[in-house]
Amino acid sequence: MSLLCETPNPSRRAVLMTGGALFAWAYLPRFARAADSHDPRLIVIVLRGALDGLSTVGPVGDPDYAGLHGDIALSLSGANAALPLDPFFAVNPAMPVFARLFRAGQAAVVHAAATGYRDRSHFDGQDVLESGLPGPGNATTGWLNRALASLPAGDRVAKAGGLAIGPSTPLVIRGAAPVLGWAPQALPTPGDALAERVLDLYNHRDPVLAAALQKGLDADRMAMSGELDGKTMKPKGGLDNAAGMRQSAQGAAKLMAADDGPRIAALAFDGWDTHVNEGGATGRLANLLGGLDGAFAEFEKGLGERWQDTAIVAVTEFGRTARINGTVGTDHGTGTVVLLAGGAIKGGRVVADWPGLKPAQLYEGRDLAPTSDVRAVLKGLLADQFGLSAAVLGDKVFPESAAVKPMRDLVV
Amino acid sequence: MPLSVSNTAQPDPALVALNRFGLGARPGDEFGKIAGDARGYLKAELTQPDIALISTDDPANAGLLDSTAAIQASMAANAERKAARERLPAASMVPAVTDAPPGTAETAAPRPAMPPVEADIYRADAQARFNKALGAGAGFVERLVGFWSNHFCVSVAKGQLVRACAGAFEREAIRPFVLGRFADMLLAVEHHPAMLFYLDNQQSIGPDSRAGKRRGRGLNENLAREILELHTLGVGSGYAQADVTSFAGMLTGWTMAGRKGRLGEPGSFVFNANAHQPGEAMLLGKTYAAGGMGQAEAALNDIASHAATARHIATKLARHFIADDPPPAAVDRLAEAFAKTDGDLRALALALIDMPEAWSTPLSKLRSPFDYVVAVRRAIGPSAGNEPQRTLRWLRALGEPLWQPPGPNGFSDRTENWASAEGLKTRLDIAWQAARQASDIGNPNDMLATLVGASASAETREAIARAESKEQGLALLLMAPEFQRR
Repeated sequence: MSLLCETPNPSRRAVLMTGGALFAWAYLPRFARAADSHDPRLIVIVLRGALDGLSTVGPVGDPDYAGLHGDIALSLSGANAALPLDPFFAVNPAMPVFARLFRAGQAAVVHAAATGYRDRSHFDGQDVLESGLPGPGNATTGWLNRALASLPAGDRVAKAGGLAIGPSTPLVIRGAAPVLGWAPQALPTPGDALAERVLDLYNHRDPVLAAALQKGLDADRMAMSGELDGKTMKPKGGLDNAAGMRQSAQGAAKLMAADDGPRIAALAFDGWDTHVNEGGATGRLANLLGGLDGAFAEFEKGLGERWQDTAIVAVTEFGRTARINGTVGTDHGTGTVVLLAGGAIKGGRVVADWPGLKPAQLYEGRDLAPTSDVRAVLKGLLADQFGLSAAVLGDKVFPESAAVKPMRDLVV
Repeated sequence: MPLSVSNTAQPDPALVALNRFGLGARPGDEFGKIAGDARGYLKAELTQPDIALISTDDPANAGLLDSTAAIQASMAANAERKAARERLPAASMVPAVTDAPPGTAETAAPRPAMPPVEADIYRADAQARFNKALGAGAGFVERLVGFWSNHFCVSVAKGQLVRACAGAFEREAIRPFVLGRFADMLLAVEHHPAMLFYLDNQQSIGPDSRAGKRRGRGLNENLAREILELHTLGVGSGYAQADVTSFAGMLTGWTMAGRKGRLGEPGSFVFNANAHQPGEAMLLGKTYAAGGMGQAEAALNDIASHAATARHIATKLARHFIADDPPPAAVDRLAEAFAKTDGDLRALALALIDMPEAWSTPLSKLRSPFDYVVAVRRAIGPSAGNEPQRTLRWLRALGEPLWQPPGPNGFSDRTENWASAEGLKTRLDIAWQAARQASDIGNPNDMLATLVGASASAETREAIARAESKEQGLALLLMAPEFQRR
């Protein structure tokens, strides 16, 4: 891989710095494989559209669950029986990989979780989830990027930068720290000569476009090496179907498995807004969950020995109503699940201070009440994987959140 | 992401007219003349009668269907697909009379080739939209169509029915009103089967209605919430969950006649009184008397002229045409114009042209993928490449597939969303492909003068002059900041 072999060019660097979006990666010396065996990685999957946590990990032991969730409730009996995680919870049968990892102690669930956002707008909810700010607003940076930017300058993770998968960069990883972007695609590619000329022009005239194009070219070269050629990666659609999710994870895993590859990545999967005919153990939601499960499988396979050091967290902006609506789907709600997987996860547990599903126990009489803060989970992962302090996490990464303590012991 | 440090000088008025407001120059556009009266050039486009319409009377558009016909075609195709699926397993159940080894019956039965009716309709409408954009003068009105179509978006990812009628939806509910009244567009959109289907209202049933009591089904809040949050007032403008629920009740019964036509012409809008939640209802503190379809119509008319709607629309328009974070004074003036004219969209378009900020703000936004690929095609003229598939493929690769936004809030209108690593790399691929397929490439230096005018930077001129081939020179021009930014 020739990605990091470019000779530093002071004048070009100066131009880049005036743009403010310095992409330092290309100018750093190649660093060797970690001397110690611990080389942590963190992958954040944003599920956009609001995931129905009660159909993902069903509280099958709660006497009120089946009545509320009606025809789409998970059940331990029948043709598509849910996969039991413990005596109370069972995971959707579309997720056999997750269930296997859970049994092997490499996957966990935090249930009845929500961010600090309590309204029900997707777009504000996603803003809060991805920006890490206390409320919605014109956020331009995400908590994952600020975490990266908060690491000591010489840190291995900081040097490697972040990785954004998909045609556009998810807000969660936007910001000052360098981020590589990559998506599977299949158009005829121009030669390096044209690319170099356009880059040169941008370096003189438009540093922002220069930085973006440089990153795009780097990522392309990196992903194209080895068995990941254009054909195997040809996308079958956007990131709202099972094949697209699997392919994204495959590409991301390859980039992250490299010794000089990024340690931190963000992916966004769409399509979870299941207002109508949501389905339970089978159907629309189950198809999407199967895609997510396939992504877990691709990461496990593609990361190889690095899987041991990896934590994957899947989060969504909020949950859905506990009671199904008039069209066998669910409307926007509050509490939901956070899914954790990876060799670094201290798994085999559903972490939940279960609020119950009786009418008085539901949030505003309609939603699963949140008893865990999603930020606590994310803070716990960042603290245990990368050693970020509670002070930095409560101030820079998730501003004004000092009261939300990191959830400890999520990582082995 | 910080703004580019480039393009900080006062922009060339012709580039503002052609790129900020329009769809880009075509060979033959006279830069000097446009620069001399750029505002007049844009305003002239607004005076042309029916400029926004795609008329099915025009022989070039003879293949286009209205939404009712498109939906009926989709319904018929869907029924046929269903029947074929049911025939298949039935056929394999027939006891084998031959000596074929077991297991071959299933693999031998060929899947019947299903004509993808909806895909054909979608492609025809895509072609009509591209043709309209390629043939437009400045293209300001087409940009307004794109803006409103994205504001009131539907997505073909919802299903084949929306794939069939997304183009008709734009022709019927958006285009006739882009220079008309906002309230009229709002009512046309919310009555349209494409929107009712996209946001699930066709299935929403008043719990206390006759149908609700009989069938035990109920409300779906999706459309009501997105009307308030996205189409009119905007998020955080003061409505509560109770307003959403109540408004959803008012909208029950707004649906589409089914294939059997029990309620009306199949595929057309109908008000189904049987599904309508009876009684008066409250929205934003005002009580709306029971009145069937008129109840929600009255509410829509009220929120169409609400001050929060004026501000929401003004902010989005200014963000689209001026800057990601638009000058507050420009937003204020647009909101005032909205309020004063009761949402006259022609008045808003004229107000935009008269905004001093539109002519002084640096060209710092990046063209959206649609605007970019249209500008490329306008620049290079007729070229090899299978259309409209090639353009549709480009849009998909750039992350803006036609009529397929990721959610009901439409595609992002912020530069940071499109100036991504992957996005720029893909633009490079497209510029290269377009340059290689362009059928008649003149001198790229002359094309630069034609497409960017006198304000092109010395670096851009030099890069193109030094290109090693005409194709490379053209690709450089299509990638130049002057061509990407608006």
